Amino acid sequence: MTHVLKIEDLHVNVGDKPILRGVDLTINHGETHALMGPNGSGKSTLGLAIMGHPGYEVTGGKISLDDKDVLEMDPDERAREGIFMAFQRPMAIPGVKMADFLRHATTNVRRPDRKEGEELIPMREFRKELKEKMSHLRMDVEFARRYVNDGFSGGEMKRAEILQLAMLQPKFALLDETDSGLDADAVRLASESIAEIGQGKMGLLIITHHDKLLEHNPPEFTHVMLGGRLVETGGRELADELHEHGYDRIRKAYPDAEAANQEMLAEEATA
Amino acid sequence: MTIRHGVLDAKRNNMTQTTLTTFDQTGFDAFIESRDEPDWLLSMRREAWQHASEMQWPERRHEEWIRTDIRAFQIGKYEVPIASGQTGSSIADREQVHQLLQDVELAGSLETVDSDVVSEHLDDSAANRGVVFGSLARISKTHPDLIRKYLFTAFDPDEDKFAALHAAFWSGGQVLFVPRGVVLERPIHIGSILSEGGTDTTHTLVVLEEGAEATVLHEYNGASTAASGLHVGAVELIQQPGSHLRYVNLQEWGHKTYNFAHQKASVDRDATLQWTLAAMGSMLSKVNQTVDLTGIGANSQVNGVMFTEARQHIAYHTLQHHQAPGCRSDFLYKAAQQDKSRTVWRGMIKVDKDAQKTDGYQRNDNLVLSNTSRADSIPGLEIEADDVRCTHGSTTAKVDEEQIFYARCRGFTRKEATRMIVSGFFQQIFDRISIESVREALAAAIARQVREYE
Repeated sequence: MTHVLKIEDLHVNVGDKPILRGVDLTINHGETHALMGPNGSGKSTLGLAIMGHPGYEVTGGKISLDDKDVLEMDPDERAREGIFMAFQRPMAIPGVKMADFLRHATTNVRRPDRKEGEELIPMREFRKELKEKMSHLRMDVEFARRYVNDGFSGGEMKRAEILQLAMLQPKFALLDETDSGLDADAVRLASESIAEIGQGKMGLLIITHHDKLLEHNPPEFTHVMLGGRLVETGGRELADELHEHGYDRIRKAYPDAEAANQEMLAEEATA
Repeated sequence: MTIRHGVLDAKRNNMTQTTLTTFDQTGFDAFIESRDEPDWLLSMRREAWQHASEMQWPERRHEEWIRTDIRAFQIGKYEVPIASGQTGSSIADREQVHQLLQDVELAGSLETVDSDVVSEHLDDSAANRGVVFGSLARISKTHPDLIRKYLFTAFDPDEDKFAALHAAFWSGGQVLFVPRGVVLERPIHIGSILSEGGTDTTHTLVVLEEGAEATVLHEYNGASTAASGLHVGAVELIQQPGSHLRYVNLQEWGHKTYNFAHQKASVDRDATLQWTLAAMGSMLSKVNQTVDLTGIGANSQVNGVMFTEARQHIAYHTLQHHQAPGCRSDFLYKAAQQDKSRTVWRGMIKVDKDAQKTDGYQRNDNLVLSNTSRADSIPGLEIEADDVRCTHGSTTAKVDEEQIFYARCRGFTRKEATRMIVSGFFQQIFDRISIESVREALAAAIARQVREYE
């Protein structure tokens, strides 16, 4: 059976302000989707709502993974079910080594029924796998001994997120600007890594402003978000068009969504 | 050399007594009567008692006591530490009681129960090199010149009433003297055990002569987590030029124990001190911890860990006193508070006029784990020199919900995420501790304290 992540008419508020205003999106396992849209249109909100961030209140609609109701699950249950998000701004956890963090995370995700306090993956076995994955991503082994995202450069944080993607092997991965803040070489490396780890092996939703990432990960579907709605869906050519010409055509074609987007931006600015 | 003293009953039976021999004139007379000590020592005690009886209890409006309420403290409930000579089985399970003995080979050890030395030992190899270690009372008789030279040089009996009471009633203390150039590779262990309702007035005197090196692992343990008791103690660490000392102090008194202590290190030219303390136990602690940097190039590192629960109140008043030029003092306390507990840290870096090129640092981080716990964190600088680098910082925060969410997105349950974040908070201080067994003991002590947070 092919796994399906299905979002239907999703409405999400932050506080009392509506951000997502009816999003429909179906991702099949193995597909690559690009999610594009101007700033403030709600792209990151969609990712955080799918993960179950407590600050994002779902006021309507459904999210399901196969036949399971995702909205009923805690964030860690979603992770154990195989949903992953690479954060745009990952949190630092001082004093906790990457290797220890990942060993615990990997154990929990691979053994969803594990009870708290039960054994983790054996150290030796885990280290071997981690070392392999790191060398594949051309990461220094020293990286595993550093504290999670603590004092990491922007590029290091993004690579750490990709490493986690590689270790956790989710069914569905939401990549929130995993290429932003990187220089050209780093973007290429990140793009290649994602292609290698994810392409065809999971359902990918790639939130991006750049074309490099999509060059290595050509999307079967491109969705454009504006004012908290997916206003257009196309193939790869839509992504190319937006890269080349920007969002002017979209803004004009969907004046209501554009108005909502402006309103959200204005609220964000005053917040 | 091993000396076995009469092993004391860990739990004295006071049930039949109608009045306690406590901290009054009768108690002092009885205490003095019980001491077999040289006259110079007895007269020091008499003078201290004279001062103590004239001094007032600390007033609440006094800055040092404004946050620490001792109105419920009644010293009359505690006996003065008079050796009873009764025997018990208190040290049979010392491996269980003590936390710092795991996989450590010692050069010497000493154990007290309620301020009575019950055993002491020093390796011949150390003794043959001139190291003196053991019961302070015994060594006051065998090496009077040594003790008279150093006792109370890093401790002021007139600092407050608790200091004066300590000076009058100290008992069962220990001294370590390491002569010039001698390096003690293996650590010294001191265990101060307090039985239920007992009194401990232990005095610690460590003297390192020029170029000497030593590691001292000192732990205070209660009879149980809930045990009551009283500790009125003092620590003096005296370091001559070029000496190196690592002093570890783990406090795990029972949660109904009062703890009043004055602890000071005096660090001379080019000497280094690493002082690590963990304050986990007691109901109420009020501790003054001072490091005096007295010679050019002296270097101190102070690491402190506190983790409080229930209604515990732990107050530390710290001073990094730069008296000489070119010294470095590095200070980090990390504390977590849960339930209705409270910690108080009031720190000061004091730089004398002549102490140019001082490099002083102090930092206190707090992780507040409940809505009803509290951390008071008050850094301070007092600088009279004009060419110094002094920095200080203080943070007080709750566990960050965004951190928890991030970890949950990686499959951690909320409890697992919180546990991990709390452990990580303390890990930063473990990274500074250079003794593996101490790191492990502290990590275990923290792990015992961490709850299942909702």
